[in-house]
Amino acid sequence: MLPELTVAVLGIGLTAYAVLGGADFGAGFWDLTAGGAKRGARVRGMVKRSMGPVWEANHVWLIFVLVILWTCFPHAFGPLMETLYVPLFLAAVGIILRGAAFALRGEAATIAEARALGATFALSSVLVPFFLGATVGAVASGQVTLDQTAGAISSWTNATSIFSGVLAVATGAYIAAVFLAADSARSGFDDLAEAFRRRALGAAAVAGALAIGGLAVVSSDAPELYDGLTSGAGLAMVSLSALAGLVTVALIWKRSFGPARLGAAVAVGSILAGLALAVQPDFFPGQLTFAAAAAGDATLAATLISVAIGLLILLPSLALLFRLFLRGRLDQPLEPIGTSRSEAES
Amino acid sequence: MLEILSGVVGEGVSQSYLLEARQMQALSLGVHIPLVCFGIAFPAMVLFMEGLWLRTGDETYRALAKRWSKVMLILFAVGVVTGTILSFELGLLWPRFMEQWGEVFGFAFALEGFSFFLEAIFIAIYVYGWDRLSPRAHLLSGLPIVLAGIAGATFVIAVNGWMNNPTGFDLTAAGEVTNVRPVAALFNDHLWHEVVHMYLAGFLVAGFLVAGVYAFAWLRGRRDRYHRAGLIVPLAIVALAAPAQIVIGDWAARTVAENQPTKLAAMEGLEETTEGAALTIGGIYVDGETYGGVDVPKLLSLLAFHDPDAEVQGLDAVAADDRPPVAWVRNSFQVMVGIGTLLAALGAWFLWSRWRRGSLPSSPWFYRAVVAAGPLALTALIAGWIVTEVGRQPWIVYELMRTEEAVTGADGIPIGYATLVVVYASLIALVLFLLRRLARQGQDSVKAVP
Repeated sequence: MLPELTVAVLGIGLTAYAVLGGADFGAGFWDLTAGGAKRGARVRGMVKRSMGPVWEANHVWLIFVLVILWTCFPHAFGPLMETLYVPLFLAAVGIILRGAAFALRGEAATIAEARALGATFALSSVLVPFFLGATVGAVASGQVTLDQTAGAISSWTNATSIFSGVLAVATGAYIAAVFLAADSARSGFDDLAEAFRRRALGAAAVAGALAIGGLAVVSSDAPELYDGLTSGAGLAMVSLSALAGLVTVALIWKRSFGPARLGAAVAVGSILAGLALAVQPDFFPGQLTFAAAAAGDATLAATLISVAIGLLILLPSLALLFRLFLRGRLDQPLEPIGTSRSEAES
Repeated sequence: MLEILSGVVGEGVSQSYLLEARQMQALSLGVHIPLVCFGIAFPAMVLFMEGLWLRTGDETYRALAKRWSKVMLILFAVGVVTGTILSFELGLLWPRFMEQWGEVFGFAFALEGFSFFLEAIFIAIYVYGWDRLSPRAHLLSGLPIVLAGIAGATFVIAVNGWMNNPTGFDLTAAGEVTNVRPVAALFNDHLWHEVVHMYLAGFLVAGFLVAGVYAFAWLRGRRDRYHRAGLIVPLAIVALAAPAQIVIGDWAARTVAENQPTKLAAMEGLEETTEGAALTIGGIYVDGETYGGVDVPKLLSLLAFHDPDAEVQGLDAVAADDRPPVAWVRNSFQVMVGIGTLLAALGAWFLWSRWRRGSLPSSPWFYRAVVAAGPLALTALIAGWIVTEVGRQPWIVYELMRTEEAVTGADGIPIGYATLVVVYASLIALVLFLLRRLARQGQDSVKAVP
């Protein structure tokens, strides 16, 4: 009972990171693809304005996931890190580059500095979700073994892992476009709201196509995972994701960006829930169950109690941050990035 | 392409790279810990400045608080990502340590996660809320940053305390961990002195580094109210922290003497178990000999056990491969104590001048010393962590698990290490470059936010 409850907590943390952190990575994707310095300046400015106050709090969900993982599932954490160390290390390096470049970009004095930092930020924003997504795909498709025979490279370069990585990039871009369209509309930047609306629709089409094509990949590469995803609770979650995705597209089409935020979050969250339900009760399919991976009950109970108490403080605090943010109380002026100030103002 | 990559990082497990893994961990900690100092101390300093503004209405204080909060946010952001790397490295480099012991000490990290959340939330509200929240609400939004900073550092240090003083579990005859008591593990005997020692160190490092910026400007002739306030506030803080640190240091050393006698012997370079042991002040320890130090009879026994004739255990009490690298530990300890003493003297100079003459010292040497004190305090901080961590070797969990038993078997460690060196070198250079530019701007250019 306790291990399953803790898995649920872990899943909630992972979903929060996939949605909120994913949106920040996706924002970097739109920064990367915003086009030339002049054309992309307003999009890049909006990305910075929108991410600034919230990205650090969003990032902490990753820490939360790691901490719960090693405290409550130490017997899974060790083999996981020892097998998938290459993508995890690359993700870690990407996280340093991305966070530092984003934080320091505001201090850039010349266009060249801003461009170098911006490129670092944007490029690593694509690499990190790819490697983290590939890690999730590798775990779900049964690549982690307890006898450490899995290859450092081959364990995460199977079709399912690569597909998961690409899907993570695409879903992040999708959520980010929805969030950015909502923020732009809220702030009265109609041109940007339209620009991000187009991107959201495009990303939804790509993510949807990937998801459908991905099922074909999984069916040949990881048949057991495919069975899990196409039957019972796994199927329910995959269907929920598809439904939420379609509803969200309709909402974006109607420029109803606020509710679209929620729809996009459900679409992404239910994919992760579907993966977990597809492989349960195993942590590593065919290798290790939740119960076998778990720490003793004393540790699980202490962690669950502290999480419950912690949430009593955390949730109102997060609510305060997001409320201030969504009401525009933390908004800064939109400063286009990539052109000199005078150029942007003219 | 993949075949080439596989050839480079290797497939499967063959040998381990213990030294590289340790250096990689040390590098990551060495980059992160100075940022932690700012996480601990800077919010309190910024809030103090803002409080001065609210009390006096003097815009100088407001400008300083705002400028500092901007630096605080940048350093926090870099701390967030360097801290994340540490979380990854615990698993990437020491998977067997995490696998066996994670359930015992991990609870502290779970609590730290929540502190970190609150810090990230309120630092955003505080820094982005300048001029947008009412002055009172703005000041209040800063308080959770201070509290979460203290709490977060406490929980992380609890884990380090536990590695040095593992408690809160039983071992079966087969060596399996059982009957885990997470709360007892959290409140281990090394928690309190390590927390207080680190907390004061945070104020010393951040305080002297900030004061150094304004002392440098002072030497260049910029002596307006803005620079004066920017100098006096951090100096007042460090002048109080520095002597307190000496008292806490004594407490720490006595706890180590009791629980980790081998570490104490390494700190002092004491080869043989001795009654009424002398303390060697200064000097350099090379290959089992201390050169150039001054011996004070019986002082080590007196300091470690508050009894001049007490027996102090020497390195000879344990087998050679159970001893830490003595030169690192002993010389680092001397560096830390030496610098700590100098910093306390500098703080006393400041206090004496304020008290006797009601002003800042007039000698330029005072300001030169303050400029040097920041990097020196940083050096003492790193040296102190070398004493704690290298002094713990060869154990990762003191006297229960050797570091070599915990290390990963992954083949890619040297490549990872080289990558991290390049990334961190670039990061440090960039942060210093941008902070230097920020520091050069005067009061007029204080803009809204980041």
